[in-house]
Amino acid sequence: MKLLAARRRHPMALVVLLLVGMLLTGGAYSLFTGNTTANAEEYSTAQVEEGQKLFVSNCATCHGMNAEGSENGPSLIGVGAAAVDFQVSTGRMPLQMHGPQAQVKEPQFSEEEIAAMAGYVASLGPGPAVPDEEWLNTAEGDSAAGGGLFRTNCAMCHNVVGSGGALTRGKYAPNLSEVSEKHLYEAMQTGPQNMPIFNDANLTPEEKRDVITYVREVSETPSAGGFKLGSLGPVAEGLFIWFFGLAGVIGITVWLTARSK
Amino acid sequence: MSTTQQTNRATAIVGDVAQWTEDRTSASKAVREFGRKIFPSHWSFMLGEVALYSFVILVLTGTFLTFWFKPAMAEVIYNGPWTPLRGVTISEAYQSTLEISFEVRGGLFIRQMHHWAALLFMAGLSIHALRVFFTGAFRKPRELNWVIGIVLSMVGLGAGFTGYSLPDDLLSGNGLRIIDGLLKSIPLVGTYISFFLFGGEFPGIDIVSRLYSLHIMILPAVLIALIGVHMMFLVIHKHTHWAGPGHTEKNVVGEPVLPSFAAKAGGFFFMIFAVIAFISALFTTNPIWNYGPYDPSPVSAGTQPDWYVGWADGILRIMPGWMEFYIFGYPISLNINIAIIIMMGFWGIAAIWPWIESWLLKDRREHHILDRPRNAPTRTALGVAAVVWYAVMWAGASGDLVAVFFHMSLNDMIYIFRVLFIVGPFIAFFLTRRICISLQRKDRELVLHGHESGHIIRLPHGEFQERHIPLTPHESWKLTAFEAPPAIPAQPGAKGKVSGLERVRAAMAKYFYEERVTPVTKAELDAAHGDHHGEVEGDDHRDHSAGLEK
Repeated sequence: MKLLAARRRHPMALVVLLLVGMLLTGGAYSLFTGNTTANAEEYSTAQVEEGQKLFVSNCATCHGMNAEGSENGPSLIGVGAAAVDFQVSTGRMPLQMHGPQAQVKEPQFSEEEIAAMAGYVASLGPGPAVPDEEWLNTAEGDSAAGGGLFRTNCAMCHNVVGSGGALTRGKYAPNLSEVSEKHLYEAMQTGPQNMPIFNDANLTPEEKRDVITYVREVSETPSAGGFKLGSLGPVAEGLFIWFFGLAGVIGITVWLTARSK
Repeated sequence: MSTTQQTNRATAIVGDVAQWTEDRTSASKAVREFGRKIFPSHWSFMLGEVALYSFVILVLTGTFLTFWFKPAMAEVIYNGPWTPLRGVTISEAYQSTLEISFEVRGGLFIRQMHHWAALLFMAGLSIHALRVFFTGAFRKPRELNWVIGIVLSMVGLGAGFTGYSLPDDLLSGNGLRIIDGLLKSIPLVGTYISFFLFGGEFPGIDIVSRLYSLHIMILPAVLIALIGVHMMFLVIHKHTHWAGPGHTEKNVVGEPVLPSFAAKAGGFFFMIFAVIAFISALFTTNPIWNYGPYDPSPVSAGTQPDWYVGWADGILRIMPGWMEFYIFGYPISLNINIAIIIMMGFWGIAAIWPWIESWLLKDRREHHILDRPRNAPTRTALGVAAVVWYAVMWAGASGDLVAVFFHMSLNDMIYIFRVLFIVGPFIAFFLTRRICISLQRKDRELVLHGHESGHIIRLPHGEFQERHIPLTPHESWKLTAFEAPPAIPAQPGAKGKVSGLERVRAAMAKYFYEERVTPVTKAELDAAHGDHHGEVEGDDHRDHSAGLEK
């Protein structure tokens, strides 16, 4: 104690105190917020090894031999299994070509292979895990709460019912009506492409489930008003009234004024 | 025998009723007068009716909607059948619109009819205005009716926008937010006007009931009054007609109102009704339940106004940011004001165009025979330029959807629209004028030489010739009955001096009307027929551009 008291006016005391304080708050934060992180423990060693082989032969060109990233692709250390599962099983990765944004295509790997790669990437550093079934069960979700969250957080890019929309320089927010619950969750969790990350402190797993429930509900409920015209709003409606409504009416005027032959 | 008796009895009853009515109202005079009004028959003359009948449908369906709609912004908790909103706090206006959509029997159908009819009303109105412009039907004595038409399009836009804003959903609230911005951008008084309209800071709790008064009372009353005057002028001026044998500036050739025109028009109303009902039964419009309640923070992707407000939205989207600047610390938001300036300019120039044209051509005569658009190349070219300009602004509002749909960059779309905004009208003007003049020349060729028959004959001395089929008198009439007014040079005024304004007029007239194709004269026609040019091609030494004066 005497030792500590003697050093309390030491020039470095403040620095040490700050360091200790920061470590404590940081540690407590990560402890209490409890991000769902996955570590390699969920995956067997065989899977991780298999995943590494697949990674080296299919992904390393851009992401680096040890997933450390290169000028062509970001580092994957700490992105978690969820990111791998989302990117690879929606076919976005491996990238078909360079462009403003990765395109969805047929997945190039089997589920086992994707799980192996996810295991390998998860083994590199802690990151979001593939979500548990419980967070994907829309029967448990609240679509009204999800709708509110969706309008506040998602609609400015994805449109109010998830029909998609434009971003800058050729990038876009995709249509969500066909996206699976798991991929919706993983997208929120990992923020692929230009999407922001909605981690568990931002939107709790329950809230994510509500959002998913809302998206599922608005895309699967049969439309009360008839054909939806793409759910794109007034532009589609305006084009429709000009090219079908008014064109049809002009057809009628021509018919009404035609001379009998 | 008994059938005849029955018919006689029925006729007698109708006669008695008619006599009874006539004795008390003397209506026969009016019926006879109006029943004999003549309406020429052409499909393009029915476009105004599209707007008129859509408006009737709007009044009918709108009245139905007022029985359930609550124009109030008190907050209630939604507890209806649309689960994605259950338990959400929403305004009474939005709640009652949801109720009309999901709980009132036939409510959604009538709501959709009201909305689709509004879209068709504005489309019919626009296409009717284009018809009137491109055929020159706005000329003396119809200038005032043209101005009323322009005012109708402005009031129609206002009526549509106030209706679009009533449900208090997210989409309409975002539209109002832009109106709020437009108002606040007005220098000095903007904030006051905005606070005056919204009853305080946007969005407040008054706007829906205020828009409601405008939408169901004031604007429809103005529309009905203007439509009444518009129709009255139509009767006073009589309808225009196309050139044709027996059609003059002093008569109207067509069908009488009773019985044939009235039957056609009545039938046409039901067809328009059927088209709108069919569309409303099958296609969703403005699914307000998707948008959620208005809240000033969220803005959805793909937020656009209804099509007739699109051009205003497009201007805002394509204007560059540097148009906002500061003078002595006060912001001048020209990037926002410009929308109002352009719209007012567009409508203003359209409204005074009849006077501009008669001033340029020094034409004070009445015109009851319509121009084919090609026979007024400059007017048609200016009209197409205006349409292109409008269309660029209009498309500008949907730049984000175009970008996604065609895999383009949104930024590039904005650059493309900016360039087209400036050069598009010019390209349209020059191209249209060239096309019109070429079509006029083609018409001259046809009149002078007839149709190509594809029938090749060989003459005894070995020459090949194609036989040409002369036009029928009706065809020739249509192609030759037009005026090509010359550009009148500057004339001295009363004091023998040429005024500056007159110089400007003469310069503009020279640019606009100097190049023209005159109609084939009788002498030219006789000459062409006399030396058998009508039958022979390739042996034609006449100057084909003889009619083109430069």
